[in-house]
Amino acid sequence: MEALLAGIIASLTGCGVYLLLRAYTFPVVLGLTLLSYAVNLFLFATGRLTVGQPAVISADAPGYADPLPQALVLTAIVIAFGMTAFVIMLALKARAALGNDHVDGRPDDGGADRPLPHRDHAGKEEA
Amino acid sequence: MSQAVILPLLLPLAAAILLLLTRRRISLRVRRGLNLGVSVLELLAVLWLLVLVSGEGILVYQVGDWPAPYGISLVADRLSVWMLLITALLACCALYYAVQGTDRGSRHFHPLFQLQLFGLNGAFLTGDLFNLFVFFEVLLLASYGLLLHGGGRARVRAGLHFVVLNLAGSTLFLFAVGTLYGVLGTLSMADLASRVADTAPADVGIVRAAGLLLFTVFALKAALVPLYLWLPAAYAGTSAPVAALFAIMTKVGAYAILRVETLIFGDTAGPLAHLIEPVLLPLALATLGVAVLGVLAAQGLRRQTAYLVVLSVGTLLTAFALGTRDGIAAGLYYLPHSTFAAAALFLLADVIARGRGAMGDRLEPGPAVPAAPLVGGLFFLAAVLIAGLPPLSGFLGKWMLLQAALERPAMPWIFALVLTAGLLTIVALARTGSMLFYRAAAGGGDASALALVSGLASAVGRDDPSQRSDGWRCDIGAPAMRAGPDWKRLAPVLALTGLCLVLVAAAGPVTAFTAATADALLAPERYIEAVLGGVVGGR
Repeated sequence: MEALLAGIIASLTGCGVYLLLRAYTFPVVLGLTLLSYAVNLFLFATGRLTVGQPAVISADAPGYADPLPQALVLTAIVIAFGMTAFVIMLALKARAALGNDHVDGRPDDGGADRPLPHRDHAGKEEA
Repeated sequence: MSQAVILPLLLPLAAAILLLLTRRRISLRVRRGLNLGVSVLELLAVLWLLVLVSGEGILVYQVGDWPAPYGISLVADRLSVWMLLITALLACCALYYAVQGTDRGSRHFHPLFQLQLFGLNGAFLTGDLFNLFVFFEVLLLASYGLLLHGGGRARVRAGLHFVVLNLAGSTLFLFAVGTLYGVLGTLSMADLASRVADTAPADVGIVRAAGLLLFTVFALKAALVPLYLWLPAAYAGTSAPVAALFAIMTKVGAYAILRVETLIFGDTAGPLAHLIEPVLLPLALATLGVAVLGVLAAQGLRRQTAYLVVLSVGTLLTAFALGTRDGIAAGLYYLPHSTFAAAALFLLADVIARGRGAMGDRLEPGPAVPAAPLVGGLFFLAAVLIAGLPPLSGFLGKWMLLQAALERPAMPWIFALVLTAGLLTIVALARTGSMLFYRAAAGGGDASALALVSGLASAVGRDDPSQRSDGWRCDIGAPAMRAGPDWKRLAPVLALTGLCLVLVAAAGPVTAFTAATADALLAPERYIEAVLGGVVGGR
């Protein structure tokens, strides 16, 4: 189970970092989301993997599941959720203000396969 | 009296909620008054805390009375209160500038401002790594809103970089926190400090990795080389009072580095002692070198000021990296000075840009600034402060830093970089000052001359045009061609420079305080004992 979980965290992180390094906002947002999934699983695993154990120590159960990582993950999920919502709104705002979805506000020279949008909101913004 | 510790958190949080709920119901004037009033109250609360901490040492508040390693601890020691005091003073000045008109256009400016203070105060007070993460997120989320306040292309673009980088940083922070918890089984910083020395030999490498990961995150917040690239565009693009308030944001990273380095990875950490120091000094010195090039190359006053913020981080962390009592004390003296001086320069840049109309803060010959003798004099004062010329506080801070570095093997490097950076800063600021105040076009109020100058400037202009005026959304249609100085906007600048002068006048007591703070940091046993031992009902 440990190897499976480690593999999942590793592939999520790898994909997240790869997408984060793209130059357009949509993949970047996806990358951030994948990274936050990876870190949530990672935090969850820091309490060690247990199956069928209660989170509250009881004399009947043979052990217990560490409740603290679960609380941490809950906090981290809420924060990541809010941040993702914010960054999506910001990406949309940047798309409207800069006229394209490149993270620097200008498409690469190499990205010729992407059609350049001709809507120019810049004039309105700069007034 | 340990309940006093939570006041700097409750006040901004309550104010933010109140301002948020009433944002449509009460007029802007009332909200401004409310926000300013609460900020002054916070300052008073922090001053009270300062008196308490100077007398009693370390105050601990266990939230909900849960005992230490299990509950949330808020710890007010000298370092925390020192940072709180700087934040509160800076916030009052920045807010007074903001209510002169920057806060229009969004109902959320005032709640966000208080939430920013909530996050900052929480980050300084918390005694727990995970809560440090939470408060970082609070202050970052508020800072995203403040950074984008007012809109505009430059702000949105810089804001996007700032947000994405910080989100990636938050992920790294969580990985580090999770690793530390997985190995050491605790997140309370005092508990971590007492356990880290007993790390099993097989786990030392993992803890080392987690510690360095933490350092990477803090270095991103502090804008150390090579993680400083987000800062110049973000700070140069945003509105002036927000940039002034953000002068403390990089110091949060510096604070976190100092706290973790002295408390968790201090002398007592066994195999992990002084984990960060060998990395920190070269990076801090590299920051000095790179930032001063940015100061020289900047084509606008605000971008130049943003690089001066990076420069001050380099100086500050050089002092902290020495790891000795004198070095840390020098850094803690330099910290408020550099914060106040950079904030004053940001606000002054806005006053100058308003006075120059369409030319903004570009370092090209343009119309004369209204009330040039006063504004120019203030610029001169701020430049002397920030460049570290005698007899003002910048000089004292750097002098103490160099004295602390005398016996270090890295002494030649530290001397060479700090002194060269100081000299080049003087050159750059002298050039800026003469460009803004001496090479002003005659008859600055003349619209045709202004148009001619800006037309020429854009014809000659070599820099990226999108970099230039779009960050500026001051009312160009009615440039401040008033005869008299804009006293309401200059008052916070005067206050901030005045605070730096107070640092000089009260250098004796202040250095005594910072030396005592450094002593307390280098002997973390008292901190650990205050948090972990005798805590239940510790009031």
